[in-house]
Amino acid sequence: MSSQHTALTPDIAQPQVVPAGAAAPGQPTWSDTGSRPGQLRQAWVILTQRYLRQLYRVPVVIFMTLIQPIIWLLLFGALFKKVAEIPGFGGGDYITYLTPGVVIMTAMFSASWTGMAYIEDMQTGVMDRFLTAPVGRGALTAAMLAYQGLTTALQSAIIIAIGWGTGATFPGGAAGIAALIGVSVLIAVAMAGVSNWFALLTRQREALIGASTTLVLPLTFLSGAFLSLQLVPGWIVDVARFNPVNWAASAGRIAVEAHPQWSTVGSYAGFLALAVVVTATAATRAFGSYQRAL
Amino acid sequence: MTASTTTAMVQAEGLQKTYKGDVRALDGLSFRATAGSIFALLGPNGAGKTTTVRILTTLARPDAGSASVAGIDVLRRPGQVRSVIGSVSQHTGAVPQLTGKENLTMQGSLHGMRGTQLRRRVAELLGQFGLDDAAKRQARTYSGGMRRRLDVATVLVHRPAVLFLDEPTTGLDPEGRASLWAILTGLADQAGTTILVTTHYLEEANQYAGRIAIVDRGAIVAEGTADELKSALRGDSVLLELPDGRRAEQARQALARVPQVHHAAADGSVVRARVADGPRTLPAVLAGVEAAGVPVLSVSVARPSLDDVYLHHAGRAFGQAERINL
Repeated sequence: MSSQHTALTPDIAQPQVVPAGAAAPGQPTWSDTGSRPGQLRQAWVILTQRYLRQLYRVPVVIFMTLIQPIIWLLLFGALFKKVAEIPGFGGGDYITYLTPGVVIMTAMFSASWTGMAYIEDMQTGVMDRFLTAPVGRGALTAAMLAYQGLTTALQSAIIIAIGWGTGATFPGGAAGIAALIGVSVLIAVAMAGVSNWFALLTRQREALIGASTTLVLPLTFLSGAFLSLQLVPGWIVDVARFNPVNWAASAGRIAVEAHPQWSTVGSYAGFLALAVVVTATAATRAFGSYQRAL
Repeated sequence: MTASTTTAMVQAEGLQKTYKGDVRALDGLSFRATAGSIFALLGPNGAGKTTTVRILTTLARPDAGSASVAGIDVLRRPGQVRSVIGSVSQHTGAVPQLTGKENLTMQGSLHGMRGTQLRRRVAELLGQFGLDDAAKRQARTYSGGMRRRLDVATVLVHRPAVLFLDEPTTGLDPEGRASLWAILTGLADQAGTTILVTTHYLEEANQYAGRIAIVDRGAIVAEGTADELKSALRGDSVLLELPDGRRAEQARQALARVPQVHHAAADGSVVRARVADGPRTLPAVLAGVEAAGVPVLSVSVARPSLDDVYLHHAGRAFGQAERINL
């Protein structure tokens, strides 16, 4: 112990002292939000790498997020096998109908836990470390959403493969599958924004768990994820019209059809993109609320 | 901020902050810390030390007042402040699943450092802080002392001009504390880094801080070097032990009427009287208490320590502290 600080003291170089009212030479000034445009761009990449590295270090998380969709596919696939025979499903088998729904539901379910990482960062002091570094709040949000988008794309691809393995067909081919993955990423990122927003507002693990579990299942069942909307009561159809999960499930299902109506897929994707903008903005603004509570 | 204020590397002026539920954390807190010094905010838990550090490091905003760090206005230019400070909170701040080296590298990158410059700086700090062997291990496997060293190393990557540490030695063993203080002393002396540290350990403030500000109920109640604070107490303290709290209060009232006693405070069944010269004043003190008919169990005389300063300003005796002038 003692040898290392004798080595320490003479080696410490001069600190950068920034003169009053001016930035250090070679350093551009930036606004009081704590971010320069260039720095923001780099910071979100650095922070995304951090989350990916963390996931790589705890691979059990990947395993856990795949267990659930497999259960949904096998269980619901078997349980509701006959459902597809009811008129209104338009023929086809249930597993083909179910797979896009499970992709969307899983994307949303995983994303609803995104805020946990923030709460963990608050408890370990990592959040305060980031907030006292010259990193824009927008970069913190962007990193989390980018991470969620990347992992969702991977997760969705795996679920589609499992669905295909259990008998689902994707007549729309590669373009349809890519579009399904795309909308799953959009709903995941929108949901991650909500989760981050909520985590910053409540700062409590229990509150986030409660919100996530109460939100995800109703949103799923008030959509056409598991059952054709032609078979459900009228009020559910009305609610589903405004439910982003239904937008994603419908868009995903249409996209993998043999002759997809791309204009419908496009407008659903547009609504989802709008939801992403709204929730990402709310999540970024919520840092203000978090800091006011400090 | 004008050039004339650059000698004050940290400046707080009339900071006020009230939390939800009318919890007044800061009540007009002001101080100045000069360049290249170790400045300690000393006070009990809940005195407002952490809130002060949060405001100075741009995490929290005060309801009123102003502050500057390295001459930069904390409220108007928080982004600029962030690039010249390093801040170690009470929690670790290291990402547990990342290695020591990755934590340092990430922090440097966030401050805009790149390539060879960053790699060299990270290697240098790992060596200086004795973390070479642990560099490739995840931070969650570190011992308390190692993690604290990593915390400090991490916020030094970008060579901050001002370093903030909130209760840095809490939870460390004596060896870990000594090691951390050696690092901080070295930084202030060799690199000219201004260090603001909060602590509730008197002996640490006494031994290592250039200047000490005592924080109580959201304001600075005394400030100076350890010696200045002690001699400001003027003389010695006479400790009288009474049978119970009621009689301690009677003794305190009796002592307040003795002209040689500057100040008397009761703490349970013990009364502390501040006098210019302990041994010579002792007869007058005892006579004063005896005249009131209060029995004394024991008496002792002590030179003032930082303990006395602390108790005087931040302890139960605070209510009477306003009556005497330091």
